[in-house]
Amino acid sequence: MNHHTPKISWQNYQKSIADDHFYFVRSCIRQTFFPGSEQTFLRILRQELGKDVFDDPRHTSCTGIAYHSDVVPLQTIMTVVARHFALMTEAGYRNFLVSCVTSFGIYNEILHMWEHHPEILAQTREHLWKATKREFQIPDNLVHTSDAIYKFREEIFERARYTLTHRNGETPLRIAEHVGCHYAKIFPDKGVGGAEFPRVLSGMVEAWGGEVVDYPERRHCCGFGFRHYVIRENRGYSVANTRKKLESLAPYKPDLIVANCPGCTMFMDKWQYTLGEMEGVTFGPDGRGIPVLTYEELAGLVLGYDPWDLGLQMHQVDAEPVLKKMGYRYSPEKKYLSSKGKYMGQPMVPDYCCL
Amino acid sequence: MPTDKQVPPGSRVAVIGAGVAGIMAASTLKQAGVEVDLYEKEERAGGHLNRWHHLFPGREEASLVREGYLQQLREHSLSLMLSAEVKAIVREPEGPAGGRFRVTTAAGDSRDYGAVLLATGFRLFDAALKEEYGYGIYPRVLTSPELEQRLSPGGAGLDTETGPPKRVAFVHCVGSRDAKVGNRYCSRVCCITGVKQAMAVRERYPGCEVINFYMDLRMFGSGYEELYQEAQEVHGVNFIRGRVSEAAKTLGGAIQVKAEDTLLGRPLKVTVDWLVLLVGMEPSLSAELLASLALESDQAGFVASRDKFLQPGQSSADGVFLAGACGGPASLPESVNQARAAALSVITYLNRKG
Amino acid sequence: MSTKGDKWGFQPEKSNVIVLDRPVAPLYRQLRLKVPSLASCFFCGGCSATCTASEEGMNFRVVHLLLCRGEMEKVGSLIAPCLLCGKCTLVCPRNVDTRSVVFNLKLALHELQ
Repeated sequence: MNHHTPKISWQNYQKSIADDHFYFVRSCIRQTFFPGSEQTFLRILRQELGKDVFDDPRHTSCTGIAYHSDVVPLQTIMTVVARHFALMTEAGYRNFLVSCVTSFGIYNEILHMWEHHPEILAQTREHLWKATKREFQIPDNLVHTSDAIYKFREEIFERARYTLTHRNGETPLRIAEHVGCHYAKIFPDKGVGGAEFPRVLSGMVEAWGGEVVDYPERRHCCGFGFRHYVIRENRGYSVANTRKKLESLAPYKPDLIVANCPGCTMFMDKWQYTLGEMEGVTFGPDGRGIPVLTYEELAGLVLGYDPWDLGLQMHQVDAEPVLKKMGYRYSPEKKYLSSKGKYMGQPMVPDYCCL
Repeated sequence: MPTDKQVPPGSRVAVIGAGVAGIMAASTLKQAGVEVDLYEKEERAGGHLNRWHHLFPGREEASLVREGYLQQLREHSLSLMLSAEVKAIVREPEGPAGGRFRVTTAAGDSRDYGAVLLATGFRLFDAALKEEYGYGIYPRVLTSPELEQRLSPGGAGLDTETGPPKRVAFVHCVGSRDAKVGNRYCSRVCCITGVKQAMAVRERYPGCEVINFYMDLRMFGSGYEELYQEAQEVHGVNFIRGRVSEAAKTLGGAIQVKAEDTLLGRPLKVTVDWLVLLVGMEPSLSAELLASLALESDQAGFVASRDKFLQPGQSSADGVFLAGACGGPASLPESVNQARAAALSVITYLNRKG
Repeated sequence: MSTKGDKWGFQPEKSNVIVLDRPVAPLYRQLRLKVPSLASCFFCGGCSATCTASEEGMNFRVVHLLLCRGEMEKVGSLIAPCLLCGKCTLVCPRNVDTRSVVFNLKLALHELQ
C-alpha cells in the first residue's frame, strides 16, 4: 500500500493545451443534433484565429457509446482508437483534438492503460497492424474542443460583436453550465479546473460577460449515461436524472444552459420536451423550456454569426428568446429555411405549449 | 523538589512553543530549578487553546483553563518571548560555555542552550484542500474552530437572514483518515469535538436539527462515550454513518449535502443551513528545523520519539525533546502529561551531562 | 414439468444467513490481485453517495461487501448501471481505485458469460 500519497490541491488543475496544428475528430451525435456546432468550431479556429485544424473524413466513430453499453469489447475500441492515432500520425499531426466528451474520456483512458500496461499497447499495435497495416504514435497533446475554446476565449472576446448580456451591454445573462462526466471526473488533471469546480465553461461565460449560476446538482450526470438511454427499459432512469438537474437549476431562472458534451446538450434539450409531454413538467419562465446551447454556439453568438448558420433553429427548446434578450440582429423569418430558401420543417413543441 | 545541586548551573533549556505543552514543560523545568526560555511565535501564549470556547468532555470553560496555565507562567516568573518565531536551531560543537544548541529567532536574536524541548503543536488541516466540500467557496461551510468562535460570547452565532438555523450538519474526519490529502492517520480529538459542538448547537438553538456524518466514532477517552450518549439521549443529535461526498450551494445560500446512509444502503441528500467540517491536525514543525536537527519523523510527518515505549518524549537527536501534538495528534490533558514527562527527561539528560 | 414443490404449493425458504465458511470466490481473489488497493476499503459509503448510478441500485460498497462475503448472484446486475465516470474514485478517502475494480469486474463477468 502506498503510504506516501502526495498532497493534492483540488484547486490547482492546470492543463497544457496546444496552441496550433490540430488533428480534429468529430462526435457521432453532434453531427445530427447540433449540426452547426462543429462547423462553427472550425470557422472560429481557422478563420477567426488562423489555426491549422485538419478535419479528416477517414476517421470513424470511436465506438464509445457501444463500448459503454457493453456491446463493443475493450480490445476492439482500443484498435479503433489506435487507427485514429494512425490517421493522425500519417497526416503529420501530434495534437489530437476531440469534439466529443465520451470520446475524450475513452482516449484518455486508453492512453492511461497503455502507459501503465505496455503489453496492452504492444497487443493493440499488433491488432492494428494485422487489421490495417497501419502504425501510430501516441499524441503529444489530447485536447477537447471546449479546452481549445477556453484557451482562446480572450482572443474570441477581442473579436466580439456581442457580449453575453441583456441588450448587448446591460445586465449579464444568467448561465447554468454543465460539464460532461467523462470530461474530468475520470482524470481530473486532464480537464481545466478539475472535477469538482471545472473552469472550462465558467471561464468562457465570464470572459464573454455572462454570469455563471452555481446550482446544487451542477456536478450531477445529465442523464444520458449510455446504457441508461440506449436500452429502452432504462430510459426512465435517464429522464429522471435530467429532471433532477433541471429541477435543481430552474429556480435560479437561468437564461440558458451551456454544456460541453454532445450527449449532455442533447438530453438536457430533448428531455425537456419529453418531460413536458410525459408529465406536464415544464421549465423556464413561461413553461417553454430553458434553451441549451453548445459552447461553440455561445462563441458564435459572441462573434455575431448568423444564428441559423449556428444551427440554433435545430434545438428542441427554442433558443430565440436568448437572441431577443441579447438584442441580437438576425432574420427571424429565415429560421426554418434551408440555404436554398426552402422550408425545412421545425422541432416539435409539447402539446400544452400551444401558440 | 530538586535543588540547584542536581541541575548544573548555566544549562539553560529552550522550550519552543507556548501552548499548553510548552507552558507546562517550562514551568515544570523552572520549578526544578532549570533556567528556561519559552519561545512563542504568536503575540500571546496559549496556542490552540485560544481558539476554543469550552473543552470536551466536561465542557469546562476554556478561558478559565487558559487562565490556569497562564497563572503558571506568572507564578514561576518564566522567561516568555512572544512574537519570537524560531527560525533555526543549530547544534554547536561542545565549547567551554557548554552551549550545544544555538537558537535563532526570525528577528535574528541568538542564544545557546544545553537542551531543546519542542512543543510546537500542530497545524489545522486546510479544509479548502477538500474541494468537494466547497470550503472557502460557500460562506455557509465552516471549520470546527470557526464554529467555536461563532458560538462563543460575542461571536456571530449561526443566525441567517431567515432567523435561527433549522439544520446544521457536521462532517467528521476532514483531512484525517484521508489518503487523498495524504493524511492517513486519525486526528483523535475531532470525533469528540463533533459531539461536543453538536450539543452546543442544540443548546443554543433548541429548534435546530443536528446531524453528524461519521465513518467511525472513536470515543476513546475518559468521559467521551458518555458524552456521545448524552448527545443522543438528551440533545437528540442525529448520527448517520456515511462519508459526505459533496456539498453544493442552494438558491437560498444553504448547503446541499450528499452522503450514503450506509446502514440502510441508500444514497441520501439533505439541505442544511451550515456545514461544519471537523478539521484534523497536521504536523507544523518546519522542514528546515526538522532537517537542521536531523530529527526523524513518523510516516505522517510528526516528530518521532526515539523509542515510544521506553523513551517517549525524547527525539532521535540527543538533547532534543518533544511534548504535545508536535509528536502526533493529542488531546489537551495528554499534551500536559507529555510535557511534564518530557521535562523530567530533560532534567535527567542535563544531570547526566553535567 | 411438475415437481414435488408444486404438489405442496410451497418450498423451503432460501437461507438468509451469510456463510463465511465458504471458500473465497476465485473472482474476488483475482480482483484483489488486480486492484490491491481494494484491501483498503472501509465501507464508508463516500463512493455510493456521489454515484450517478446509485439511484439505479449501483452501490460500490455493497458490491464489495457481497464479494467479500462470497455472495456473487447480485453483483452483475448491481454494477450494470455504472458508466465508469470515476467520481467514486475521486472521493475515496482510502485511495481505493474503485473505478478499476468495477472495470475489472465488468471484464471478468463478461468473460464468465
